[in-house]
Amino acid sequence: MSKIKAENVNVYYGSKQALFDVSIDIAEKEVTALIGPSGCGKSTFLRCLNRMNDVIEICRVEGSIKMDNLELNSRKLDVVRLRENVGMVFQKPNPFPKTIYENVAYGPTIHGIAQSKEEMDQIVETSLKKAALWNEVKDRLDEIGTGLSGGQQQRLCIARAISVSPEVILMDEPCSALDPIATAQIEELIDDLKKEVTIVIVTHSMSQAARVSQKTGFFHLGKLIEFGPTDKIFKNPDNQQTQDYITGRFG
Amino acid sequence: MNLILVTFIILLAFTSYYFGRKKALVIQSSQRLTALPKFYGYYLAAWCAAPALIIFALWSVFEPSIVKTFILQDYTDQNLTKNELQLIYTKVKALAAGTYTGNITNFLDESANKYIQLKGIANSAKVAIILAILILSLSFAYRSVQKNDRMREPVEIFLKWVLFVASLGAVLVTIGIVFSLLFEAIRFFQAVKIFDFIFGTHWYPAKTFVRDGQPDPELMKDAFGAVPLFAGTFFIAFIAMCVAIPIGLLSGIYLSEYAGRGVRKYAKPIIEILAGIPTVVYGFFAALTVGPFVKEIGNAMGLEVSAESALAAGAVMGVMIIPFISSLSDDVITAVPQNLRDGSYAMGATKSETVKKVIFPAALPGIVGSILLAVSRAVGETMIVVMASGLAANLTMNPLESTSTITAQIVVILIGDQQFGDPKTQSAFALGISLFIVTLFLNVIALSVVKKYREKYE
Repeated sequence: MSKIKAENVNVYYGSKQALFDVSIDIAEKEVTALIGPSGCGKSTFLRCLNRMNDVIEICRVEGSIKMDNLELNSRKLDVVRLRENVGMVFQKPNPFPKTIYENVAYGPTIHGIAQSKEEMDQIVETSLKKAALWNEVKDRLDEIGTGLSGGQQQRLCIARAISVSPEVILMDEPCSALDPIATAQIEELIDDLKKEVTIVIVTHSMSQAARVSQKTGFFHLGKLIEFGPTDKIFKNPDNQQTQDYITGRFG
Repeated sequence: MNLILVTFIILLAFTSYYFGRKKALVIQSSQRLTALPKFYGYYLAAWCAAPALIIFALWSVFEPSIVKTFILQDYTDQNLTKNELQLIYTKVKALAAGTYTGNITNFLDESANKYIQLKGIANSAKVAIILAILILSLSFAYRSVQKNDRMREPVEIFLKWVLFVASLGAVLVTIGIVFSLLFEAIRFFQAVKIFDFIFGTHWYPAKTFVRDGQPDPELMKDAFGAVPLFAGTFFIAFIAMCVAIPIGLLSGIYLSEYAGRGVRKYAKPIIEILAGIPTVVYGFFAALTVGPFVKEIGNAMGLEVSAESALAAGAVMGVMIIPFISSLSDDVITAVPQNLRDGSYAMGATKSETVKKVIFPAALPGIVGSILLAVSRAVGETMIVVMASGLAANLTMNPLESTSTITAQIVVILIGDQQFGDPKTQSAFALGISLFIVTLFLNVIALSVVKKYREKYE
């Protein structure tokens, strides 16, 4: 079942076009990986899905992106509601310089989700458990989040993202700043999360895409070259460019 | 004479630089150089200029006192005091220069002749010695260049010493200023008890003035109480901060988070122009425009307002400080990493929530640092207070009355004629050093807060 349906998305940074007629169907409760060489537009596309491109002054998005039949690329859209539903995890772990508890409670607080202190405690605990961080930090929730290790920080950011129970989580190269052990933990986490949420992950690591995703899209020079089941993309791609990239001949 | 000598040394150094470089190119044709050709030039130039200039400087420092000793030797048997000897020496010098107008005794005339003679000898000796040193050091340096010794290390060491001497000079000047403040302040505290100074509530130094004679110790006790000045200083600084912190901080947040690039490009320099207006201009703005305005409004509301009010001075001082706070807080807010903003926006936070809950707390230490720097600026500000808040040191907490500050009182004490050694004059040094301690304290706190902030993100 399709969760997000993008049609003919074009993105411009000033006069420079970054995405060309991208159309893609993202299925519900699956992991969709976006791969491609640097600067190919995969992160730009990801940021269209929760309107993060609004933050960039010169950025302009054209085309239609529908989530459950709601047009995302519309002036009338309530961006705050959208982002409550579509969480995001960034390349570099970016916990706020606040305590671990406050980091996780940030989303529920601004969206007024918890009615009482007990409820908030419950949300924080569940989110940290889902992010597989609870056991490591349960005794030091009032320590500063930036004091954790890189892998823990990234899992804290995932806990922060899932604290408002989003339907979709976008991940922009979430493991590129982490060591192999932390990467394995995050990948395991992604596998668990996909039972409940739809995940779109941008990654540089093709083996990661192969490991965690069900569908893979290959971007090159702002165009979606090929999109299909991960198995097919990696074993038997239709397109020569995809074949070349997967086998490491360029990129 | 001295000018010609120094010019000659410097010109010679330049010449030897080119000569050294050229020599290096000659050496290059037969053997490998130990450094780039320019290092050969630097080496020769440094050896040429440094020893000669050092000797020249030392000579210039010691020559006068040596000459003085020789002249005053003739007077040792007359049992004169130090001051009298100094007077004689001044007379001799004036006579030698042809500007003496008093009675010329034979003895004085003889001394003046001796002075001229000594000066002549000293001058020729100086030129001879410096020329000799130039020749010696240059020939030594030239020999090493010829032998193709290692050139890079000596030049680097020489540069290290030049830099060291420059910083040493800056440090020594600072220490000198602090000590001169300190010694005068100590002499003041010999006349006035330190307790009376710090805790006294009455500042009226003019009343200690007594014609021909020592002032009454009882009077001294009550004339130098610095409490009204400290109170006035902090009171006016407080009013200034009440104006500057909200406006500066909010405009800093606007500039860094809300303003588009077009607005920022023009607004920031315009705000910074405020910092470039001379304080004396702010002063007469406060005295001639804001002061009367405050008085009029106050009178209209039925309040008693002095034409020179703490409110006028403080408010204008606040305006002067706005660019400090806005510019510095703009900088620290801009320095908050973009990924924290992204993280907050991606959670669905609005701009104001992001500013309030993420950016402001993250930038807070830097903002506190900038505010403390602004406070120390406000405490040290002089001109606005002198012109707009009057010179009478009232102990008051009423912003509509006039009051005075430490800096304004220092101005009052030191304009016009003063007697050195008078407690009234020396009190300026005591005030100066207490002000210095206060601002030093504020700056140390500010810098350590800012430093702590830096560590957090690096």
